[in-house]
Amino acid sequence: MSSEDAPHFSSKDAVVCRGVGKTWAAGTKRAHNALTDIDLDVAPGEFVVFLGPSGCGKSTLLYLIAGLEDATEGKLWSFGDLVETPSPERSLIFQETSLFPWLTVWENVSFGLSIRGASKDERRTVAAEALQRVGLKAAMDKRPDELSGGMRQRVAVARALAMRPRVLLMDEPFAALDVQTRARMQDFLLDVWRDSGASVLFVTHHIDEAVALADRVVVFTSRPGRIKTIVPIEMSRPRNLFSREAENLRIQLTDLLRDEVDRAFAEQEAFAIPA
Amino acid sequence: MAVVARDSEPGAAAGASRPAAASRLMASMAGLDWLARIWWAFLSISLFAGLWELCWAMGWADEKLLPPPHIFLDNIAEQGRYFNTATRWQVGQSMTEGPSAFESVLITGAATTARVFVGLIIASVLAIGVGVLIRYYRFFDRLVLPTITLLSPVSPIAWLPVAIFLFGIGNAPAIFMVVVALFFHMVLATINQIDTVNTNLINVARTMGASKAQIYARVIVPAILPGMLQVLRMNLFGAWMVVLVAESTGVGYGMGQVIMLARNTFNPSLVFFTIAVIGVLGFTFDWLLRLAQRRILYWLPDTVERLRVL
Ligand SMILES: Nc1ncnc2c1ncn2[C@@H]1O[C@H](COP(=O)(O)OP(=O)(O)O)[C@@H](O)[C@H]1O
Ligand SMILES: [Mg+2]
Repeated sequence: MSSEDAPHFSSKDAVVCRGVGKTWAAGTKRAHNALTDIDLDVAPGEFVVFLGPSGCGKSTLLYLIAGLEDATEGKLWSFGDLVETPSPERSLIFQETSLFPWLTVWENVSFGLSIRGASKDERRTVAAEALQRVGLKAAMDKRPDELSGGMRQRVAVARALAMRPRVLLMDEPFAALDVQTRARMQDFLLDVWRDSGASVLFVTHHIDEAVALADRVVVFTSRPGRIKTIVPIEMSRPRNLFSREAENLRIQLTDLLRDEVDRAFAEQEAFAIPA
Repeated sequence: MAVVARDSEPGAAAGASRPAAASRLMASMAGLDWLARIWWAFLSISLFAGLWELCWAMGWADEKLLPPPHIFLDNIAEQGRYFNTATRWQVGQSMTEGPSAFESVLITGAATTARVFVGLIIASVLAIGVGVLIRYYRFFDRLVLPTITLLSPVSPIAWLPVAIFLFGIGNAPAIFMVVVALFFHMVLATINQIDTVNTNLINVARTMGASKAQIYARVIVPAILPGMLQVLRMNLFGAWMVVLVAESTGVGYGMGQVIMLARNTFNPSLVFFTIAVIGVLGFTFDWLLRLAQRRILYWLPDTVERLRVL
């Protein structure tokens, strides 16, 4: 039995992927290979950004790591344990708001605790603490629809933090926000990340966002998604995003992405105009 | 997304000129909103009644067949006497005894409304329950769904004999008819609602370690409630129609019975009077349901407001 079949993996990295692939609707006519051959190690406390054109399987990989979907090839581990089901240790935050509209802000934040049957006092305390960390304690008793888009995403972050996750999975969490709000949210996220000590896996198709946030940028190829290359960013924090170094990184990442977007376009055209 | 649209409303209102001014005016009258609404309802009905009266005045409408409002509303005491049949039949009173004409109308109207209401409650609880069970248990789905799909297009009228066989005469068959008219559609609607619940909400609960039962109870059921209330309201008028049919074929007393009496005694005035009463009852019922909807589903944005700025 090779080490990769074992339920426990010797590496205690936050996330380990070995030969991971996903074919949607496998075994049917609509079978669609979204992701293949993913080998990736994410260290505890590391900030990793997934960068790639739309439809290259970034979200799919995040879902596999979250345990919400099963990989059709390969295996994943988190802190040495095989990923088979979702776990509160790995919290997922989505692009669109995914707050429960019928619950107040604090009830949303403490939803995970109520699942475990925690008392109301305990839930309110934990929610207050988590909301304090995202600067929204004053909004505790509001309803999600009373908040702006940025505030709602901060509540979503607070909800994830309340579970004390060791891995934060974020699927284009700021994509729907305006540019200024997004920049603020990035700073805010870096603070939260530093305080929590969790690993963050962050999906984006914005090169600027990748440069602002990542310890390492994982660049994907399109259809099926593979890891094209991994670009480490060694700039110190807080980062000057107008520096020469940042500019060079943007140019490098733009080049890497352009090939993929060109390729995706060519494929889509070939698909649209059958010979 | 509606929620976002609402956030940006002040800006949007400042940008648009004329419609915005109108909507500001409306907003400033918000306190008097209900008054304005009653005024419009009054105007709408007056217009309809006025046209009818006009047809009568011009001699286009025969007052024996299409008596205009001022005729069929003229003698409420006289009309109300016929509503009395119901209670008289129940308690064995003679024509001269028993409740006054006005009381008779109230009692009969209340009886019919109560049947619709009880039927609605039973049908909703059953349908949501069965719909959830169908999605929850695979085997239940396979076992039950084909029959429900098969029965849902059957007109509720076809169930009338069944209602009489099973329940004889009284409240039960009328309520049964309402339940049958709503149940099958509402089960299918429940399933449809469950299937369209935002996956993110379910996934959030899953990552937090919620069990299947918890996801159904805490996420899916609250998420489908708005849609279900909408379905309920849309089916409300169907329920009113069915209950009248049930009552008119002798399964009890009520508004349907009065219509039947009016038909058999060739009394157009009574027909239109009853129609007017039914209209008012149905309208009030829908209004109450809408009120309840806004109370229970406080988190939903007002969809009408969205279109008003156009
Ligand atoms: N639940 C699903 N069922 C079937 N196909 C899916 C599903 N989710 C994603 N896909 C497909 O997988 C591919 C990758 O999608 P996704 O991971 O969402 O890409 P990205 O997040 O990089 O834009 C797409 O072609 C998409 O159509
Ligand atoms: Mg995606």
